Amino acid sequence: MDLYLNLIYTLASTVRLSVPIILACLAGLYSERAGIVDIGLEGKLLVSAFGAAAAAAVLGSAWIGLLVGILCALAFSVIHGIASINLKGNQTISGVALNFLAAGLTVFLGNSWFNQGGFTPLLKGSQRFLPIIWPCADQVKDVPIIGPIYANLLSGHSILVYFTFLVVPFTAWLLFRTRFGLRLRAVGENPKAVDTAGISVTRLRYQALIITAVLSGIGGSYLSIAQGANFVNNMSNGRGYIALAALIFAKWKPWPALWTCLLFAFLDALQLRLQGIKFPIIGEIPVQAIQVLPYLLTIILLAGFIGRAVAPKASGIPYTKER
Amino acid sequence: MKPLPRWADSVLLPLLNVTLAFFIGGLIVAAVGQNPLQAVGIMIYGAFGYGNGLGYTLYYTTDFIFAGLAVSLAYHAGLFNIGPEGQAYFGGLGVIFVALGLNGVPWWIVGPLMVIGGGLFGAVWGFIPGYLQAKRGSHIVITTILFNFIATLLVGYVIDTVLRPPGADNDESSPILAITRVPQLRSFIPFFGHSPVNLTVFLALICVGLVYWLVWHTKFGFAIRALGQNPVAANYAGISNQKMIMLVMVLSGALAGMVAVNNVGGVQGRLILNFVNGAGFVGVAVAFMGRAHPVGVLLSALLFGALYQGGSELAFSMPGVTKEMILTIQAMVILFTGAMGDMLRIPLQKLFSLRSSP
Amino acid sequence: MQRPPGAAASPIAIELIGINKHFGPVHANKDIHLVIRRGTVHGIVGENGAGKSTLMSILYGFYTADSGEIRVNGQPHAITDSRHALALGIGMVHQHFMLVDNFTVLENVVLGAEDSPLLNRTLEHARTQLAALARDYELEVDPDTLVENLSVGQQQRVEILKALYRGADTLILDEPTGVLTPPEADHLFRILKMLRDEGKTIILITHKLREIMAITDEVSVMRQGAMVRTLTTAETSPPELAELMVGRRVLLRVEKGPANPGKVMLEVENLVVTDDFRIPRVKNVSFSVRAGEIVGIAGVAGNGQSELLESVSGMRDQQSGVIRLNGKPLSLEGDDGAARAREAGLAHVPEDRLRMGLITNFQEWENSILGYQDRYGKGLSLDIDKAKEDARAYVEKFDIRPPTIDLKTANFSGGNQQKIVLAREMERNPDVLIVGQPTRGVDIGAIEFIHNQIIKMRDAGKAILLVSVELDEIRSLSDRILVLFDGEIVGEADPAVATEGELGLLMAGVHAEPAPAAGPGTLPAHETAVEKTLVERGPDSSSLKDSQQ
Repeated sequence: MDLYLNLIYTLASTVRLSVPIILACLAGLYSERAGIVDIGLEGKLLVSAFGAAAAAAVLGSAWIGLLVGILCALAFSVIHGIASINLKGNQTISGVALNFLAAGLTVFLGNSWFNQGGFTPLLKGSQRFLPIIWPCADQVKDVPIIGPIYANLLSGHSILVYFTFLVVPFTAWLLFRTRFGLRLRAVGENPKAVDTAGISVTRLRYQALIITAVLSGIGGSYLSIAQGANFVNNMSNGRGYIALAALIFAKWKPWPALWTCLLFAFLDALQLRLQGIKFPIIGEIPVQAIQVLPYLLTIILLAGFIGRAVAPKASGIPYTKER
Repeated sequence: MKPLPRWADSVLLPLLNVTLAFFIGGLIVAAVGQNPLQAVGIMIYGAFGYGNGLGYTLYYTTDFIFAGLAVSLAYHAGLFNIGPEGQAYFGGLGVIFVALGLNGVPWWIVGPLMVIGGGLFGAVWGFIPGYLQAKRGSHIVITTILFNFIATLLVGYVIDTVLRPPGADNDESSPILAITRVPQLRSFIPFFGHSPVNLTVFLALICVGLVYWLVWHTKFGFAIRALGQNPVAANYAGISNQKMIMLVMVLSGALAGMVAVNNVGGVQGRLILNFVNGAGFVGVAVAFMGRAHPVGVLLSALLFGALYQGGSELAFSMPGVTKEMILTIQAMVILFTGAMGDMLRIPLQKLFSLRSSP
Repeated sequence: MQRPPGAAASPIAIELIGINKHFGPVHANKDIHLVIRRGTVHGIVGENGAGKSTLMSILYGFYTADSGEIRVNGQPHAITDSRHALALGIGMVHQHFMLVDNFTVLENVVLGAEDSPLLNRTLEHARTQLAALARDYELEVDPDTLVENLSVGQQQRVEILKALYRGADTLILDEPTGVLTPPEADHLFRILKMLRDEGKTIILITHKLREIMAITDEVSVMRQGAMVRTLTTAETSPPELAELMVGRRVLLRVEKGPANPGKVMLEVENLVVTDDFRIPRVKNVSFSVRAGEIVGIAGVAGNGQSELLESVSGMRDQQSGVIRLNGKPLSLEGDDGAARAREAGLAHVPEDRLRMGLITNFQEWENSILGYQDRYGKGLSLDIDKAKEDARAYVEKFDIRPPTIDLKTANFSGGNQQKIVLAREMERNPDVLIVGQPTRGVDIGAIEFIHNQIIKMRDAGKAILLVSVELDEIRSLSDRILVLFDGEIVGEADPAVATEGELGLLMAGVHAEPAPAAGPGTLPAHETAVEKTLVERGPDSSSLKDSQQ
């Protein structure tokens, strides 16, 4: 197949693969900017994937599935909120524990309810989010250069994909042009300043956690009812952690976060394409070597070979009114 | 309100938290239509009621002690090592290389060498995230979790290409000859039936004592505790925070590597895919439940070992209940004893104040 | 509580009636009655832990009183949160600024007082308002600068602007001059006087008597949670206030004989030290300290003292320069530099004992060996018995209370915690002792003890480098004074001769002209060198336990 077409297909694949990472990353952005460390993004992706797939299978509608997925993520966010905000517990431990809980609970419930070894039933038709084909895509696709871009890269994604790419500019606007965004950023830097200005630190942080839940809930649901057609064990496969690394690398800013997540997704898409291909001299690259690339890149980013990042000042520190 | 008396703080509160986790687990069991009390009964019998079961319990406990010690040692230095799963897995390479290299040599020579091999490889896998945290400030939670993923891929690759005997179909290495394997207790204590508990259980107990001595009776232990409590004060005290972080992660990884000695060198007698099977993550739960104290770790490991074996028994006898339920309870234990540890503190303090006031 | 006789018939702005507040077992405010008149500057004075900040926090809505009533302009109000207080026209300027460092001045001012969900209009409105306020009260600040790039004095102005922007009639200032140079403090007082003359009510919380005398109209004294008396400032004096604050006659003068300096023990040459953000904080500093002398480094906090101490003690690498101990250059690189400094014979009492000098969760005996743990036991093993033995000896010698070496250090009062640190560092027989803020957050009985210990060390032939933001402490203890401003030594002074005025100017970066033979300098006339009665302590509050010695 010609190289250009290959590239377009890879890019289209990148776009689709990037959705859960971007959403998880932005979800983490809101939490961290508000001063809450959320390692539990992975768990939220997983539970919402499970919830969405289970609900869509049983109740027959993708939209209901999405709603249930979001609610599952919300439940986890609330637990994290109670542990971190009200009980002032260790946020890292809470996140890790919730990830374990998600892993165990999803398979356990999946098995109990559907008896398919942890999988949910395969979804058909309107139980999933189907690709939206843009007008005339089929006619246009053979037009040189622009054709494939229109037909494969822009058209043909499910609605959740388009939504994801709109959330990025929305986030940038919300954080930097609105009163809410100002207060959110303030509470992550100096919660005392916010408290003495008469604004509730607790309420702001919970609001951030709710946004986190909604975004990660959509991201997780996407995995099982848009990208895939059911829930599979351990479906998120580390994306939550990759999203966290992307967030740190992007220095907690929305647009850099987008580019970083796209980079990861590109590697992921590449990895799928390169399997089984024989290269000159090297021969076939072992499948593990390609699969390890996203994780390796994350480690390299975290090792800060690309500059040091300064987190929001109050990140991870529970807020108490001291004497 | 007065603070809780020491015994309430160290024993009662964790006990209540664990009970709460189990209670919720019981609710989940009930939710799938089974009787929780009956479930508990089956579990206790399965774990302690007969020789084979007890043997399995002890076998699991061994793994959990190693992983739990690994996590708790790092915790004293303020590090959350979520990587014992990967460190144990990578340690498996160390064990199998030694064992196959000296295949046929009796276990009482090869055994200690397997310990060294497993420990060394586990140490390396712990060292890298430790180095990245110390020198580059990379968050150790994320790096150790990622290294778990990388270990899976790396070891899988090595098994596939290097260790698999030519012509074999299975994803595993050649077997270790019986004489080289760590002997299982049932070969001289028939009470243990078919269970795989082996000499490494004693190694685990030795490690408990060693870690206790290290943390509270050595200068090194003083230094890591200082680091974990207050890195600035540790710097003031002339402690090299960077060196300590790396050293602790090395030791932590080495402890995790002992899981490989138990499994690869003893039970399975060869390197198979995913032999760690979640023990690393149980170690995290065990460490938090045991308040990072070696004795607490020992008891918690025993509890989880009983949970695993009892859970297997339960999955066998009760339809609809699987090992994932154990995973769920385990997660809740971490949640309640770790992050939400103070949830029951206030009500408990109120209770104590009521009793002591005139 | 006495009403000052013949008080001006100014209407009452704020009245506190029977205010009580507990924090657990601690009774922080005991049945407080307080009347504050409109259009006055009312001072509230007391020692650390007397309950002043707590009381004002209740007024500002940050805490809620257990019992009692608050009346604003004659009407009773239950002030439940800061928003409520602001609505009543009460604004607070905190001791530790409530600012978001990486926001601009404008963003900080509007935070919480935005007009609408979108920021554009709010910011424009704020910009015009700020310009007006700047004109009226000399509160000029560039609205678009990031707060982290402002000087401390300018940051304080932003705090004041925040309150005024929200229409505050009553301004509460909590220890406002702790971090200001004397000229900045004067500017602040000018601003406060202007505000008062416009009819605003100012409440000034401070422990510095000279400020009370300089600017307040009335002053209320608090002691150990209770309101002692309210007086008209013009009718009282520092000795009277001091006595009311402490409850007994205070005559605090450190007894010290002349110094007998020997050879040079500590030498610092061309030292350059940068902070965590690579900004130079110590810029080419050179000085030496001889055995048997105390060299005091004076200066307002933030001029490089912390970096200087950290670098000499081995906690922070230096950019360039040489540090010599007893003639030998020290190599203190790496994050274990402090160990090598100790080996060479240097001991360090850090500025911030809670952050650096102690591990609060450790038991007392463990903190007694912090930094010296390698000296106990052979090889890897720790000789716990010997450590405990030494700890017991220190507890006795330094009268540390309670004398329980197993107790967690967090349970000791500030003064006793400081004694643990001092015992540890002094009893090692160091050649050089460097000390930062030795009496910060420490109560008066312990202060006398600590100062005497430092003099004792000096008389035993140790070289002592003392760094303190409390000018009186420097003047009373030092044999030689060096003034640090913006990372440089800008002057040397003889404590027997130099006046507050001269030193104040140096601390502010103004190079002093030779002072007239006998003259007051820039500070109020009632201050004379002879009448100094109270050694002033640092602005940081510590636990209430301090006042219960």
